[in-house]
Amino acid sequence: MSSNKKYWKSVEELENGSIVEALRNNEFVEEIPTDEFLGNTDAMSSSSTSRRDFLKYVGFSTAAATLAACEGPVNKTIPYVLQPEQIIPGVADYYATSVFDGFDFANLLVKTREGRPIKIDNNTISGAKFAANARVHASILSLYDNMRLKAPKLESKDSSWSAVDARIKSSIAEAKAAGSQVVLLTNTLASPSTEKLIADFIAANPNAKHVIYDAVSSSQALDAFEAVYGERALVDYDFSKASLIVSVGADFLGDWQGGGYDAGYAQGRIPKNGKMSRHFQLEANMTLSGAAADKRLPMSVSNQKQALVHIYNIITGSAVAVNLAPEFKAEVTKAAQQLKAAGSKGLLVSGIQDKNAQLLVLAINQVLASEAFTTVGTRQIRKGSDEKVAQLLKDMKAGSVHTLIMSGVNPVYTLADSASFVEGLKKVKTSVALSLKEDETASITTIAAPVPHYLEAWGDLVLTKGTYSLTQPTIRPLFETKQFQDVLMSLNGLTGTYYDYLKAYSSSFIAGSSWNKVLHDGVFVGAPQAASGGTADYASAANELAKSKAGAGLELVLYTKTGMGDGQQANNPWLQEFPDPITRVSWDNYLTVSNADAKTIGLSNEIVANGGLNGSYATITTADGTKLENVPVIVQPGQAVGTVGLALGYGRKAALKEEMQVGINAYALYKGFNDVQAIELVKAGGEHEFACVQGQKTLMGRGDIIKETTLEIFNTKDSKIWNETPKVSLDHKEVEATSVDLWESFDRSVGHHFNLSIDLNACTGCGACVIACHAENNVPVVGKSEVRRSRDMHWLRIDRYYSSESTFEGDNERKEGIAGLSSSLSTFNEMEKAGDNPQVAFQPVMCQHCNHAPCETVCPVAATSHGRQGQNHMAYNRCVGTRYCANNCPYKVRRFNWFLYNKNSEFDYHMNDDLGRMVLNPDVNVRSRGVMEKCSMCIQMTQATILNAKKEGREVVDGEFQTACSSACSSGAMIFGDVNDKASKVAALAADERSYHLLEHVGTKPNVVYHVKVRNT
Amino acid sequence: MKKVGNHNSNSRKMFLSLAMMLAFSFSSFAQDAAPAAPTEAAPAAATAGGDPVKGKALFNSNCAACHKLDAKSTGPALRGIADKHDAEWLYKWIHNSSDMIKSGDPVAVKLFEENNKSVMTAFPQLSNEDIDNIIAYTSEPKAEPAAGAATGAATPPGTNVGGGSSNNVILGVLALVLVVLVVMLIMVNNVLTKVAKANGIEVAPKAERTPIWKAFVKNQFLVLVTSIFLLLASGYFVYGFLMQVGVDQDYAPIQPIHYSHKIHAGDNEINCKYCHSAARVSKSAGIPSLNVCMNCHKNISEVAETTATPEYSKAFYDAQIQKLYDAVGWDKTTQSYTGKTKPVKWVRIHNLPDFVYFNHSQHVTVGGIECQTCHGPVETYEIQKQFAPLTMGWCIDCHRKTDVKMEGNGYYTKIHEELSKKYGVEKLTEAQMGGLECGKCHY
Repeated sequence: MSSNKKYWKSVEELENGSIVEALRNNEFVEEIPTDEFLGNTDAMSSSSTSRRDFLKYVGFSTAAATLAACEGPVNKTIPYVLQPEQIIPGVADYYATSVFDGFDFANLLVKTREGRPIKIDNNTISGAKFAANARVHASILSLYDNMRLKAPKLESKDSSWSAVDARIKSSIAEAKAAGSQVVLLTNTLASPSTEKLIADFIAANPNAKHVIYDAVSSSQALDAFEAVYGERALVDYDFSKASLIVSVGADFLGDWQGGGYDAGYAQGRIPKNGKMSRHFQLEANMTLSGAAADKRLPMSVSNQKQALVHIYNIITGSAVAVNLAPEFKAEVTKAAQQLKAAGSKGLLVSGIQDKNAQLLVLAINQVLASEAFTTVGTRQIRKGSDEKVAQLLKDMKAGSVHTLIMSGVNPVYTLADSASFVEGLKKVKTSVALSLKEDETASITTIAAPVPHYLEAWGDLVLTKGTYSLTQPTIRPLFETKQFQDVLMSLNGLTGTYYDYLKAYSSSFIAGSSWNKVLHDGVFVGAPQAASGGTADYASAANELAKSKAGAGLELVLYTKTGMGDGQQANNPWLQEFPDPITRVSWDNYLTVSNADAKTIGLSNEIVANGGLNGSYATITTADGTKLENVPVIVQPGQAVGTVGLALGYGRKAALKEEMQVGINAYALYKGFNDVQAIELVKAGGEHEFACVQGQKTLMGRGDIIKETTLEIFNTKDSKIWNETPKVSLDHKEVEATSVDLWESFDRSVGHHFNLSIDLNACTGCGACVIACHAENNVPVVGKSEVRRSRDMHWLRIDRYYSSESTFEGDNERKEGIAGLSSSLSTFNEMEKAGDNPQVAFQPVMCQHCNHAPCETVCPVAATSHGRQGQNHMAYNRCVGTRYCANNCPYKVRRFNWFLYNKNSEFDYHMNDDLGRMVLNPDVNVRSRGVMEKCSMCIQMTQATILNAKKEGREVVDGEFQTACSSACSSGAMIFGDVNDKASKVAALAADERSYHLLEHVGTKPNVVYHVKVRNT
Repeated sequence: MKKVGNHNSNSRKMFLSLAMMLAFSFSSFAQDAAPAAPTEAAPAAATAGGDPVKGKALFNSNCAACHKLDAKSTGPALRGIADKHDAEWLYKWIHNSSDMIKSGDPVAVKLFEENNKSVMTAFPQLSNEDIDNIIAYTSEPKAEPAAGAATGAATPPGTNVGGGSSNNVILGVLALVLVVLVVMLIMVNNVLTKVAKANGIEVAPKAERTPIWKAFVKNQFLVLVTSIFLLLASGYFVYGFLMQVGVDQDYAPIQPIHYSHKIHAGDNEINCKYCHSAARVSKSAGIPSLNVCMNCHKNISEVAETTATPEYSKAFYDAQIQKLYDAVGWDKTTQSYTGKTKPVKWVRIHNLPDFVYFNHSQHVTVGGIECQTCHGPVETYEIQKQFAPLTMGWCIDCHRKTDVKMEGNGYYTKIHEELSKKYGVEKLTEAQMGGLECGKCHY
């Protein structure tokens, strides 16, 4: 029986049949222009290529191609015509250098091969104080950035340096004649020779002035220090001398006042003789410092201000009226009292962007006579003045700036009031941007002039007063670049190169040493110089601060992410793919919202079917009406209620590959250089897809993954209590899991046996090791969508766990207390959720190099096998990609190459262009598609160390064996070495009573050793 | 199994064509060069009293470092010097040239200017008689180049070509003999048949027999055995073919400069590591940079007559040296670098796959292994080739058999003591040291 019912596939088909009809009949939406090339019969017939000819050509070329394929490739090898004396192909050279890019700074040792830098190491010579962080480790890839500005541009057209120089000179002469302003707008330079050149320039051009602009400002702390000590600088704290640390909103393990404090901090965190430092952290966002703290108090910045005054009251005995929320009073009082009791061993730091608050920090530390607080060797790495930048903006808008020369800054991107800067720029006659890239600013200036990367440039740095570091080139300039200093020299009418100038100028800083020695060492330590002590009206500062009131709505706290910093290296795929240590999200910035606020506003995160993390969008509106729409949201455990966090440094577009144009530009909200803003937050439609590498937030009471104890138990109880070896049943008797063996062991007593020791107390989660591993082992970048599919390739990950209860110990107890099936289901369900103010623990996990490796026994082709030196080998050319090993690995550290990540335009990252590939380590294989890979315990490095010892006919000295991660670890958490050398550091660590193995009950007998985390609560 | 090398066949073709080209270019070169060569012997005029034999010895010990007879070196060419300067002037100049220059002798100053202002060493120890002898030597007429050399230059200088042609001749002769034999047999047969016919003898017609292939097909056992045999045989050959894929043993490509290891390492006994110095310290032995070549070739702009072989003439070798000069930018006549360089694109012979890590210094410096162990008798190679198969089996074989050189190396002291106790042997192989582990070479 036929039916008259009409079936339709979509509403459109029902209502508007014609479109659907058209679509159904036409396979292609647009008409295919077949007539253009087939319709013209004359042209077709007159064409000399007949069908037969065509087939002949095809046949011939196929045959030729087939024949050619039989031939092995002919490789050419081209030696130097004149080989530089110091370069031997195949042997690495190291150059000591230093970096300061206006945000990050470090003393480095750069590894070069055949004249190209391939890896950044820490300079370990005494006096080289600052280790590289994740961003500095990744900066080597920014050298080979294909999107760099390659030649000067004049009015957006390709030009030459001579034309550009002439234009700048004439413009300056014009300004001088007209008596209008010439402004040099730079980042903090910390370079005495550059400052001298600028001073000389200003002396010759009285109409010129120098404005220092830090994208992420520390202006308030500088103002406070200047008010008290008369010097615009920051204190270089020595955290190793503090036994009690109170941090009020200072993420000193992150980028607070430049960062670089983790080494000193970690020294005090490793329990020695029953003692370790205690750390209170009062903060809004969850930071690395908060994660490391013994006691963390999540509170808004307005509460932090009150708390600071409260602490000031207790330490100095003043009685300023404080309006501290009652729930914090007891804890803050406790912290303050302990700080007072600690006396000179105490230290208070604060990141509150308020001059009064910063004055109180000085006051409190002065009263404590804190040893960690010293005015000797102050930090010179932040000098920016918010006021002067604001004044410049006014001048520009008034049209009184004739020539603006910018170096190392990108105000169009980093200024909150970017629009008025652009408007002002239009009134500037000649604007010059000396920049690595044609960024937001350089693309609208009169002149965009390329400068060399620091690895191609000369320079000097005074990072802390009394020290002197040199920057030296490690490669010939890749592009037509010219240093800012060379430009200044030509403006000053000086001939010669900046190198000669620098060499001559350095003599006054390196008295008692020589240029060559300092260049070799990279750093020179001179006589300590202290800022002369002073004082200020602290009482009124405290009064002033106590009067501050919380704004209406939510408090937005802007911060910088470990991976991106101020956003200079946004085109660096290593950094984009680097998962944030706290949220474990890569390729994004996002609004971190507390659980309570998320519930109120209706924001949520969920893990969808493919394992990816999705989150709501929200719209931010500031008090003055600035709107940021569709900001993705992460519900962040530990975020103070009433506050939200958002990272700076994202949302860039100019001179970035398409894949890197991710995130939201939070600088738009960085109004008045204040990192705290009052905002309104509403939910927006849609869901954001995150690339998060860790879905599991908590340990759910599995205390054997991260073992934790308190200092009290650690000091008083036997290690069997707090570091219990798991038990298994053998012949119906309970025995220690380590005593049971399924396999016969190799004899590992002869030769080397490598172990890697990781101290969970010292690990701050900074991620320098992750990037160092990337650089050393040619680890590919896979991109956001692949990371979202859990196909990230990091050989080394840093797992982050939250406690569900207020402590991990609480989790363990709760799990033990479960009785019955139904209770276990509901309890475990709850324990999957992180607490509102959880404890946090980091755990770096790489291949554990098990002596009884489960992966080895299942490989059908014996591609993975065990070495006598303890390393689990992986022969890539043997692997057929069954992925059985990854399934059998209890630690989930094996990574599969789903695709070919090099020379593949689908993965348009550094391995897809010739320049980017220059960073590859020639000693390590670049893996191909279909192959399993994993941490090799840097076997290329251990083998090289052994070979060096053999060549020199000596035994390997302790400390010589290193892996990329252990040498990058500045906090001393990772120690690598040979446990067969009984005198070695690592042998002692492996035998330490705090040592344990991951998942010991599995019986894999790993060669990676962890140390029980001890908290001083 | 014999290598089925495409490299080889192709390179032979290329070699042939190159040889043809070279042959033509050399013959033209020879024609150009002929009139330029000083053929007329300058008669010894003033210094007839000298003894050229003694003079030659003195020249070689004192002058040859900077002077050549017929070509400019650090100093000017000396043949016929007696025609340019009188003997008294020469005595003075040789005894102390810088004094002459200082004193402003116009000829001396001019000479000094012409030769890049390089000061000639003073030879006060040479007596006037010695100098006469030297002058006598330099005044000798230039020896006529051997007639053979000129024709040699015109013959194609390929080893393979030479070997191939002689083989072809022998084969051709053999084939001819065979053809003659076959023809003779047929003729004998014809004659015999005719004789039989003439004698009236009937040749019995052959009985109709089952064709052999039909009989073969019917015999199933034979078919089975044959097919098994064929299968096994083809399996053997396919395996053999597959196993040599990517194995380039005996690969000897044409290089942009015909560099003879035989002349350098063989005849002149230059140590391998003089040029391949990186082998001592680096993972790669390194192709020497051109400045290393110039350490010697600044002074050696041509080969000796005796270096020439029937296959490669002196002119051929000299042309190779000229190629080096072109590449490094050395002007022979002015004895200076022009600054115009043209790096040499050598064809890489030993291509180890990327997934293998091999370190020369490990084997050369630590292991003390002779270069020849892996690279063959390089000092006999006119054309460099890949001696070893460079397969993993070949590596492993050596690691199994070779004793590690541990004596006197502080690194091995402890390990040797422990391992020799463990294995109960005094000498330890690389395999016992753990040298067969995958990760030692693959990472």
